Amino acid sequence: MDELIQHLVNALILGGTYALLGIGLTLIFGIMNVVNFTHGALYTVGAYVMYLTVAALGLNFFLALPVAILGGLVLGAVIEVALLRPFRGSDIDTTMLVMIGAGIILQSGTLWTFGGVAKAIPSPFPEAPLQIGMVSVSWLRLFVLGAALALIALTYALINRTKLGLAMRAAFQDSDTAALMGVDVRRIYTATFALGSSLAAAAGALLGPVYVVFPQMGGLAELKAFAIVILGGLGNVTGAAIGGFILALAEELGAGYVSSGYRDAMGFLIIIAVLLCRPTGLFAKAERIG
Amino acid sequence: MTRLLPLALLAGLVALPLALGANPYLLNALIVTGILTIGAMSLNLLLGFTGQLSLGHIAFFGIGAYVSALTSLGFDVELGFGLRAVHEPWPPVVGFLLATVAAGACGYLIGRLSFRVRGAYFVIVTISFAEVVRLVALNWVELTQGPLALTNIPAFTLGLPGLGFWTLKSKLQNYYLVLAVGTLCYLLIARLVHSRFGRAMRGLKENESLALSVGINATRTLTVAAVISAAMAGAAGSLYAHYLRIIDPDVFLFATTVTMVIMVVAGGKGTLMGPVVGGLIFGLLPVALRPVMAPEAQWIVYGLVLIVILFVLPRGIVPGMAARLGRRPARSAPVLEASPAVPQ
Repeated sequence: MDELIQHLVNALILGGTYALLGIGLTLIFGIMNVVNFTHGALYTVGAYVMYLTVAALGLNFFLALPVAILGGLVLGAVIEVALLRPFRGSDIDTTMLVMIGAGIILQSGTLWTFGGVAKAIPSPFPEAPLQIGMVSVSWLRLFVLGAALALIALTYALINRTKLGLAMRAAFQDSDTAALMGVDVRRIYTATFALGSSLAAAAGALLGPVYVVFPQMGGLAELKAFAIVILGGLGNVTGAAIGGFILALAEELGAGYVSSGYRDAMGFLIIIAVLLCRPTGLFAKAERIG
Repeated sequence: MTRLLPLALLAGLVALPLALGANPYLLNALIVTGILTIGAMSLNLLLGFTGQLSLGHIAFFGIGAYVSALTSLGFDVELGFGLRAVHEPWPPVVGFLLATVAAGACGYLIGRLSFRVRGAYFVIVTISFAEVVRLVALNWVELTQGPLALTNIPAFTLGLPGLGFWTLKSKLQNYYLVLAVGTLCYLLIARLVHSRFGRAMRGLKENESLALSVGINATRTLTVAAVISAAMAGAAGSLYAHYLRIIDPDVFLFATTVTMVIMVVAGGKGTLMGPVVGGLIFGLLPVALRPVMAPEAQWIVYGLVLIVILFVLPRGIVPGMAARLGRRPARSAPVLEASPAVPQ
C-alpha cells in the first residue's frame, strides 16, 4: 500500500512537468498545424540556461527559472520568424522537415558548446526529504510540482482571460476568418510558438535540477511529449494536461510493477493502445483539430 | 538524358573500385552509404510516392539486422511458462530472406494500425514503434545480448550446390553485393511505380477524394506500400549486420532515420533517382567533412543543408536539376488532374 502511494506521489510530481511539455506542443500543433521537432531541443536549452545561470554565473536558483523561461520564449520567437514564417502555407511535411533540421542544429550546437558530459544543477533545497508516514518526497520535487502547476494555471489564464488568448483561440478555430476580423495572424503564430517553446524550456529548467543535464536529454522528452499530445487529442490543451499525468502514472506503475527497463516504453504502448481504441485521443469531443 | 543517367551512374559505380584501388576507408564509406541508400529508397516509396512520412524507418532496418543476425547465429531463449525456444544457426542467406519477411510483417502491422488516421499520427506511431523495438533490443538481454551487442555474425555465403560457395569477407565483395541488391531494389521500385499500383499510390497522394471516387482502396494501397517499403529496409538491415558482423541497440538511433529522410528530401522525394543522388551526397559528405570538422559540427552542417535545400530546392536536387536542364521528369507529372474544390 505504502509503495503504491509512493508511486502515485512520484507520478503526480513527474506529471506536472509532462503536462507543461504536452501543452506547449499541442498549442503549436493546434494553432499552427506544425509538428514541432524542436520541442525536445528547447527543453534541453531550458535546462542548460538554468545550469549556466545557477552553476556558472552563480545567480539565485529562483531567479534562474524565469531567465530559462525567457530564453525559451526568445529562442522560440526567433525560430518562428526565421524558419516557419517563410514556409507559411507549405504542407505539414515541409514544416516538419524544417523543424527536424532546426532541432538537429540546436541539439548538435548544445553538444558542441557544452560537451557530452552530464552536468548537475545545485539546488537550494535541503537534502533530507519530507517524510509523511512511509512516503518520502524531496523538497525540490515538491517545488517542481508547485512551479509546474502555477505555470499551467498561468497558461490557462493567458488563453482564456486575455485578448491575446482570445485571438489565439480565434486563429485555432479558423485562421482566415480571424484574419478578416482584424487579428494579426502572423503575430499570433509567433506568440504561439514562443509560448509553446517557453513551456518546453520551463519543463527542462524544472527537471534539470531533479536529474542531470546532458545534450541528448531532449530526445526522449520530445517523444514523450508526442505521446501526451496523442493521448489528449492533437490540439487539445486540457487533454494534454491530463495526458501528462496519465503518462507519468503509467511510467511509474510500469517501472514499479512490470520492469524498470521498459519504463520509457510505456508512453509508446499507450500511443498504440489509444490509436487502436480511440484514434482521436481520449478527450476529443467539442474541440476542433487544426 | 534522364533515362541515361541511372545507367551511367551504375556503370560508374561498377567501375569505381578499379579507380580507387583498394582503399579500405573509402570502400567502407561506400558500402555503408550504399546500405543507407537502399534504406532511403525504401523510405522514398512511402514518403515520396504516398506522402506518408515514416520517422521510425530505422525500426524496420534494425529488425532486419537483428532477425538476420539471430537466424545465422542461433539462440536459446527461455520464454517463460516452461517454454523454451532453441534455434540452430542457419545460413545468412536464409537470414536475409527472413529479415525481409519479418520487417515486411511489421510494416503490415504498423500500416494497419496507423493508416486509419495517417498524417501526423502515422509519423508519431512510427517513431513510437522504433523506440519500443529499441527498448526491447536493449532489455531482452537473453536474446539480443542487450548493450553487449551480437558479435561474430557470419559473413554472407553465396553459391549454388555443385558450383562451390563463396564467403563474402572482403570489402570489395561486400561492395558489389550491396550494389547488386541496391540495383535490384531500384528496378523493383521503378516497376512498381509505373504499374497500376504505382498510379493508385500517386493518385492518393495528389488528390485523395478523387482517387477514392475512382475506386482506389486507400488503406489497402498504403498498407501494401508500407509492407514493401519495410521489407526493403529490412533487407538493407540484413546487409548491414552481415557486413559489420556486430550489431547493438544503437542500430535503432533516430539520427539514422533522419539521415535517410535528408537523403530522400535533398535528392528529390517522389523521384526514382532522388534517393540515390541524395544518398551518395549525404553518405559521402562525412568523408569530405571529416578532416575539417568534429562530428557535432558535421551534424550542424547536415541540419543547415536540410533547411537550405527546403528553401532553395523545395522539390529536391534531381527535380531541380531536371527543371534547369529544361525537362520535367516524367515522375512529377500529376496522374490525376483536378482543381481543388475550395480555392486555398
